[in-house]
Amino acid sequence: MNWDVALILVTDGLANGAVYLLAGLGLVLIFSVTRVVFVPFGDIAAFAALSLAAFETGRVPPTIGMVAVLAALALATEIGSLLRRGEAARIPKAVLMWGVLPAIPCVLAWLAARPGVPVAVHIAVAVLLVVPIAPLLARVVFQPIADASVLVLLIVSLALHFLLSGLGLLFFGPEGSRTTPLTSAVFTLGDGFTVSGQVVLMVGAAVVLSGLFFLVFERTVAGKALRATAVNRVGARLVGIRPVRTALLAYGCASLLAGLIGVLIAPVTTMYYDSGFIIGLKAFVAAIIGGLVSYPMTAIGALAVGVVESFASFWSGALKDVIVFSLLIPVLMLRSFMAAHSEEEEDEVDQ
Amino acid sequence: MKNLMQTLTRGALAAALTACGVASALAADLKVGLSVSLSGPNSSLGVPYAKGMQAALAYKGEVNGRKIQLVVLDDGSDPTTAGRNARKLIEDEKVDVLMGTSGVPSAIAMAQVGKEAKTPMIGLTPILLDPNENPWVMTVAQPTQLMIDAVVERMKRNNVKTVGYIGFSDAWGDLVYEALMKAAPGAGIKVVSNERYARADASVTGQVLKIVALRPDAVMTGGAGTPGALPFLALQERGFKGGVYGQHGLINPDFVRVVGAAGQNALMPTGPVIVAEQLPADYPTKKIATDFRAVFQKVNNAPTSDAFSAYSFDGWLVFADAASRAMKKAEPGTPEFRVALRDAIFSTKEVVGTHGVYTFKPGSLYGVDERARVIVKLDNGQWKLAP
Repeated sequence: MNWDVALILVTDGLANGAVYLLAGLGLVLIFSVTRVVFVPFGDIAAFAALSLAAFETGRVPPTIGMVAVLAALALATEIGSLLRRGEAARIPKAVLMWGVLPAIPCVLAWLAARPGVPVAVHIAVAVLLVVPIAPLLARVVFQPIADASVLVLLIVSLALHFLLSGLGLLFFGPEGSRTTPLTSAVFTLGDGFTVSGQVVLMVGAAVVLSGLFFLVFERTVAGKALRATAVNRVGARLVGIRPVRTALLAYGCASLLAGLIGVLIAPVTTMYYDSGFIIGLKAFVAAIIGGLVSYPMTAIGALAVGVVESFASFWSGALKDVIVFSLLIPVLMLRSFMAAHSEEEEDEVDQ
Repeated sequence: MKNLMQTLTRGALAAALTACGVASALAADLKVGLSVSLSGPNSSLGVPYAKGMQAALAYKGEVNGRKIQLVVLDDGSDPTTAGRNARKLIEDEKVDVLMGTSGVPSAIAMAQVGKEAKTPMIGLTPILLDPNENPWVMTVAQPTQLMIDAVVERMKRNNVKTVGYIGFSDAWGDLVYEALMKAAPGAGIKVVSNERYARADASVTGQVLKIVALRPDAVMTGGAGTPGALPFLALQERGFKGGVYGQHGLINPDFVRVVGAAGQNALMPTGPVIVAEQLPADYPTKKIATDFRAVFQKVNNAPTSDAFSAYSFDGWLVFADAASRAMKKAEPGTPEFRVALRDAIFSTKEVVGTHGVYTFKPGSLYGVDERARVIVKLDNGQWKLAP
């Protein structure tokens, strides 16, 4: 190995790490606010990528139908619970929130699925189209069991992943797709070392989005509400924060992140209906490094996973994933030595 | 896809119903039982297999005046279901021959049932079995070694001295690598690397960097379908100037779609049916291959773009030829006929199919020779014969 090779591996690793970083942020966000390890996160990213590929080949992405059906289910759940509580007067608002709002990206996507529409519009619509997925799933599946134990939530979320990836196979078929690169620019640094524009875009997106996250959490009321719920649900409730609403906000943000990941990686990797899972799993390794609570540690973990993966594929392609997932063992050992155990157990008892 | 499945199920149902009505009135028809993956991850191969079989039925619907019936079942890309289907076909439908399927493990499961029930099976994929242990199975597919030999011959002609290998980290990657290692020394070619990646991997930059650093004259890839495009894309990105060779697992329209410009000028072996129109007029399989294309277009209302449907067609031709000889010895539908049919298949001589000319011998799974392979070049998204 010489410096050229090492540099190329590092850039490749950072590009992958940027994707894991975004996915890791989404996972930590959802977990800290709702205690759900959101396994279907990667599937949503795959849906965004494959919807974009469908747009490019002039097909109407079947994701539209899925979002519409999910919206109908969520609306029925919401109306049902309103009627049960005798709050029929709030039904029009529920229709607006659960019926009309998710329908907007569906209509946009349906309009955009024709030739001659600019690529930028396709990308924007593909991202928008997947944004309602996580909040709708949360309304239908997670909200009724919001107080269940972490284990129950994890198993439900795993089941959702299998449901989504099955739907992905049905919608998009077993073969993969690749979309046209967002940029074909190539930057030359020093002698003969080049970085493709796509990599710069991926790393740039990760930096900008992490920065935005930081600002939102530090400066806005919504961000502070999210943080408060993450620290203590009961306490947040006492000061007037509604956990249901902050949970939906968290799901919405995570879904948006997944959509962005989807369109960012679709041009550089071949996306399959089940590609999302492995991205989610590696992001999970990063999130574990951050203890599923710390954003900065997750970011560092994500970049480490990306770089280790890239070097591992150089040294031994066949053992690449073994090496990446083996990272978990020392990290977990270290964490279990250092962390105080009582905290989480107390939480469980409270439920 | 859904329409096709409906048509197929209806077709199978209709066939089963007519079977009940007709069988009692007339002498028994010949029955072919096909189990393929019409759903699940292997359906991108299974659906063309089924379509090719329908084309074959339309092309040659009877043998010596006896009608042939086709029963199609879906194995859902699952070896267990494939085995169950084979049993169902033999016990309920009383088929004379089994055909299938789109995955190697599923095909092995079917062949096992065929052996137990003493029913011959014509495999449509390569099957990894010891022919001495299971003398009831043969396959119309080309053995991997035959295909890789053609690639190595072409490398030698192109003055390749060193070659880097990158393939799947699964049985397919092993199979191609072993075939390459067997053929390369004889041609004076040195294999300098054995890099692997998983089908689901997002990037092969690391592996490709390692290969490029070794500066081989050419790179051989051992992937299949769309995941097989990854090394081509990474090699182009790293500016690799040597030739890139593939194998028959990549002859697939989805591969061409995903690989795009990075696959330009890639060379790979395939059955001659893929480039039927470009074959010289005296090529033995040219006529039947163009006939196949025409009948496929008529039956399925779409052109063929893959190699899989043609395997079904060849399996059918081999069966029809053997059946015409076996019928002199026994009555279709009886155990004696199935034995006679197996013996007839294993004495098949020079039956011209779309992929090659078939000659089966006892103790060998495969029945094709050098005429069953050509080297094609990917040129602007089209396969071009590269003689």
